[in-house]
Amino acid sequence: MTLVRHLAAAVGVAVVLGVISVMLSAYRDYQMAEVAAYVVAVAGLSVLIGLSGQISIGNGAFMAVGGYASALLLLHLGWPLGVVFLASVVIAAAAGAVFGIAAARLRGPYLAGATLMLAVALPSIAIQYAGVFGGDQGLSVTITTPAFLGATFPPTRWLAWVTCAAALIALILLANLGHSRIGRSWRALRDDEVAAALAGLNVARLQVLAFVISAACAGLGGALLAAVTGIVAPGAYTLTLSIALLTATVVGGLGTLPGALWGSLLLVLVPSFLTNVAASYGLSGAASSSVPIAVYGVVLIVVMLVFPAGIQGALRRLFGPASPASGTPLSVWRRQTSASEHQEEGTR
Amino acid sequence: MKKTQRVNLAALAGIAAISMVVAGCSSGGSSGSSSSGSSSTALTASAPGITKTQILIGSHQPLTGVAAPGYDEIAPASNAYFQYVNAHGGIYGRKIVYKFLNDQYDPTITSTVVHQLVLQDNVYAIFNGLGTPTHLAVAPYLNAQKVPDVFVASGCECWNAPSKWPDTFGWQLDYIREGKILGNYIKQHFKGKKIGYFFQDDEFGQDGVKGLNMEIPKSQVVAKESYNPTVTNVAPQVTALKAAGAQVVVSFSVPAFTALLKLTSLKLSFNPQLVVSNVGSDPITLAGLLEAFAKKGGATVSGNALTQGIITDAYLPSLGATSNSWIKLFTKIRSQYLPKLPLDGNVGYGLAAAYTFVQAMLKAGRNPTRQDLISAINGGLPQGPSLTPYAYSATNHNGATGAEMTMIKNGVQVPIGPVQVTDTSPTGAITTYSTAQPTAPASGIPSP
Repeated sequence: MTLVRHLAAAVGVAVVLGVISVMLSAYRDYQMAEVAAYVVAVAGLSVLIGLSGQISIGNGAFMAVGGYASALLLLHLGWPLGVVFLASVVIAAAAGAVFGIAAARLRGPYLAGATLMLAVALPSIAIQYAGVFGGDQGLSVTITTPAFLGATFPPTRWLAWVTCAAALIALILLANLGHSRIGRSWRALRDDEVAAALAGLNVARLQVLAFVISAACAGLGGALLAAVTGIVAPGAYTLTLSIALLTATVVGGLGTLPGALWGSLLLVLVPSFLTNVAASYGLSGAASSSVPIAVYGVVLIVVMLVFPAGIQGALRRLFGPASPASGTPLSVWRRQTSASEHQEEGTR
Repeated sequence: MKKTQRVNLAALAGIAAISMVVAGCSSGGSSGSSSSGSSSTALTASAPGITKTQILIGSHQPLTGVAAPGYDEIAPASNAYFQYVNAHGGIYGRKIVYKFLNDQYDPTITSTVVHQLVLQDNVYAIFNGLGTPTHLAVAPYLNAQKVPDVFVASGCECWNAPSKWPDTFGWQLDYIREGKILGNYIKQHFKGKKIGYFFQDDEFGQDGVKGLNMEIPKSQVVAKESYNPTVTNVAPQVTALKAAGAQVVVSFSVPAFTALLKLTSLKLSFNPQLVVSNVGSDPITLAGLLEAFAKKGGATVSGNALTQGIITDAYLPSLGATSNSWIKLFTKIRSQYLPKLPLDGNVGYGLAAAYTFVQAMLKAGRNPTRQDLISAINGGLPQGPSLTPYAYSATNHNGATGAEMTMIKNGVQVPIGPVQVTDTSPTGAITTYSTAQPTAPASGIPSP
């Protein structure tokens, strides 16, 4: 039943996104594709942190796994795009499983530390094995617009369609998962591990599963982002990326799918907006190029101070239980939002 | 990160004789310039980014982040030259507007900002985009969109791919040619000495080594040590070079690693003759890094004393050559439009690249299309501030074709050999280029 409701809503959203993509300029379509790529990765991290109560500072590394997997598959095997994305998800999930099992005994800051190591170390593998991964200059990813759309069809609109479709599918699956027995189990062990174990839940297996799901999402996000930007290179997967994902997750609203959307929009739109504002004030000089970055930091701080439960938490509070967003697949975790707020308070 | 660009100092010389020759070519060279007519032709919005009053161009630059120190001076320096041109009549009356965005040396951000420049800002061309990995992210896109991608700030030989990327052009001396010229000098001046290589383990260092191997006899090379730019301990490499008994160490390194090589050698009482690629040898940058690194280690050194005697090469005139007409021009423009920055290698690089762009735009005609700019460069460009002619033709998109050997003395690069030119093939001869350098035009602006 839930699945049917989510599917119907997703079809509605797909139609709306399609219309929007046609109305927007080519550059806005590009940004839409970027947002779609980030949403998947951020949503995966949101599940991990907000639902299962674990933390990862290394999901940028799984984005790298997904990105490199898709680049290599496209380059050497030339598989169709959909299959490539699917394979990237599987490969990133496998990487997540290996790491998740190895780190299964770690908790809180120790797990965070281990994932941090992953974020720092993984990109340098690409430099070590330059023959396979292209070293510092990376591998290029070329996505061609299908011929039936016509020669004048904007390539960025095609990118937006592909990424939004993939993101929607991923979000439907996540929404269902959150509603399923597994989702409930995660919440149980997040709120009290001992109680969950006493109730018969296999804590370690559930935690590893959450880790694998979040790695798979990051892998898909990485593959989508590689398709959007046209390249995978170590410089794109620095620690900064992992921290940006974490930022988007927390600022958007932990454990909520709409929160992942708000966080990703913030991630993509705010820096570019601030850069443009700075440029229009003639601030393109070298020293002043730090201004947009500093202002971005201030925005994040203000959001967290004013909306401790993230943007989604704030919207929920503003619009109450009858949130206008209710009914869309993105709001299905509204109930959990309050749970994660509790959890936040509890951990402090 | 840095591998890419470069800069150098140096200085330049002029155009007179050659510019006449080229003036001849330019009318024949640019096929499509229906518009390059007389000065009475009305100015029109002939291409994206070009209006009756301005030419909008864009770039991606590392203005913050790891690659920013030094390289963040390049685009402001280019902009200073454009402002100078704008104040003196512009390009056929149009003003150049140069919008350079910060990509933090991250290819993902490069892709985003270049899409913004092309799709939203509608720039006419991308000029001097900095970095090999960063620019590789956007070169296929720019060529697919037929956006001129001119004078990439990286010495990767990869920009020379006219059939794959017809709209992309390199500018600075590529690392293979540079390796050949350095190797040739070593072969001639250090006969029978033991040679060690120290190089960055990526395309910058590897291309350089390719060039070195074309010239230096195999039997003389006793050690080849590479470094990873993210690992700052180079003691293992230096120890290996010392153990192999290297008397000359040739280094394809970025400035930070040239400094680390020097300091680590000192610590290990190893004192070979250093031969360093242009990228890693700007004396001002090096001296600063040497002093900063030594300070971190609790020691005090004199940067200029440590760079004394380093052999390197230059494809722009030495900044110390104060009587050179190009250095005079650069000094004048810098003091007027860029008072906050010193005239160092990066600033010289940015000014020289901007000059080349203005040459190309003037040649492209009064109302150029995007293809007119490509055709203009394919027809060849006059030498300008570069010490050597450019390789530009329909089948070659490399820029500078050679360099002169120099030695750092008292913080300044001093020429120790003639200007030499070569190609990128193993068999291509290295020849002395004895044509006197053209001097800078008195106006400071190339003639159309």
